[in-house]
Amino acid sequence: MPTLLQAATSQVGRKILTGLTGVFLVLFIIFHLGGNLAIFGEPDAMNRYSMILHDFGPLLWVARIGLLAVFLIHAWIGISIWLKKRKARPENYAVYSSKGGPSKQSLSSRTMAFTGIVLLIFVIFHINTFALGDMETVLIDGRETHDVKALVIDTFSNSAFYAFGYAFTMLLLGAHLGHGVWSAFISLGMSGKKSSAIMYTVGTVIAIVLAVGFLFIPLYIYFGGGCEAALIQCT
Amino acid sequence: MSTMTINLKIWRQKNTEAKGEFQVYKLNDVNEHMSFLEMLDVLNENLIKEGKDPVEFDYDCREGICGSCNLVVNGRAHGPKRLTAVCQLHMRTYSDGDTIVIEPPRAAAFPVIKDLVVDRSAFDRIIEAGGYVSVKTGAAPEANLIPVQEEVANQAFDYATCIGCGACVAACPNSSASLFTASKLAHLNRLPQGKPEREKRTVAMVQQMEAEGFGDCSNYAECEAVCPVGISISSIAEMRKNYLKAIF
Repeated sequence: MPTLLQAATSQVGRKILTGLTGVFLVLFIIFHLGGNLAIFGEPDAMNRYSMILHDFGPLLWVARIGLLAVFLIHAWIGISIWLKKRKARPENYAVYSSKGGPSKQSLSSRTMAFTGIVLLIFVIFHINTFALGDMETVLIDGRETHDVKALVIDTFSNSAFYAFGYAFTMLLLGAHLGHGVWSAFISLGMSGKKSSAIMYTVGTVIAIVLAVGFLFIPLYIYFGGGCEAALIQCT
Repeated sequence: MSTMTINLKIWRQKNTEAKGEFQVYKLNDVNEHMSFLEMLDVLNENLIKEGKDPVEFDYDCREGICGSCNLVVNGRAHGPKRLTAVCQLHMRTYSDGDTIVIEPPRAAAFPVIKDLVVDRSAFDRIIEAGGYVSVKTGAAPEANLIPVQEEVANQAFDYATCIGCGACVAACPNSSASLFTASKLAHLNRLPQGKPEREKRTVAMVQQMEAEGFGDCSNYAECEAVCPVGISISSIAEMRKNYLKAIF
């Protein structure tokens, strides 16, 4: 029997790891969307949520490092699979097309590497803007905390580049998940000819709900929503 | 009975090392009732009469059961029809004046021997790695000695129908042999005779598949779409499940 490391780096092991890390990342972004939607809650809901997260202290750092590791493993395996394609087929077909039917070849599945790489770059910018960006402070329950909400509203209401850039990237996230969620089911060994159609539909629904949920907020703010509640002036 | 003119663009390659290229042929009086391979036979007769080298292509039974033929026709393994080996494809599928591009299955693990013929012995080595049951066979045992549930027997038979043609590899954007390997595993692993070696077999065949230079599976399911016997990618999910069980 292979060792755990050999198994994890084998062809099947890589796929299982991609599925596993993918499921983890989807659960994370569902959680993340929950935080984003706090912008529609009580005026201080979003900042309170941020304060609660920061109160976890060292545990938050454990979660952050864990999340980063999962993200990098997922990206690394995905990119390496994509790079191996050429090696496995040095001479490409002059003509190639899908046979349809049960095939899951689509714009979504054929662009996994592209959408994945864009999301990887996006995440770097995203962390730089919202986690490392300059923030004012506000008082909540008499304690000073970051005014995340003001930063979010300031960023999206003042820059078409940010608002539309974010919204567009979230469309790519939807495309990535369109194939990704279904693929994770198969990678984690969920078989069954009948359940396959259900799994694909579930994947598509998750992809659409998450993409729409995420892209709605920057566009909503850009077109003037949320300004009345903001501490800063919308332009 | 109507006849038609077909334009062919066929990959010609002298040997494994040689650089291949497309050559264009025009074939008149193609009968709509000809099979695709019979159409190629006619082309080759013409080429031989002209003193030219005929186009090499693989075939044996021409009944869709042996898995020898494996041409990529207009970018699709075994041509446009689902659940049909290219030997069972007929020219009535095409119209007068059509251009048909014929290529060999393209994969590093399937080196071209000549023209459209590729070396598929990588599949044999995957089978050698574990695609068998290690029991003393002796004389045929009494049929009902080992009871097998009907559902299990049916599923095993579905997976056993894999004819090893390699269309799955040909059509996979990553040139993965996962469907072939998984169908053999799904066939043997679920039967009482194959169960004792399930974990060892799964790991060994997966290792061999990778060693042969086949690509990674990305769950495109194109393999299932081109498979002439319709093997489901559920087998691939099952292979991963059994692999996990073997490791833990």
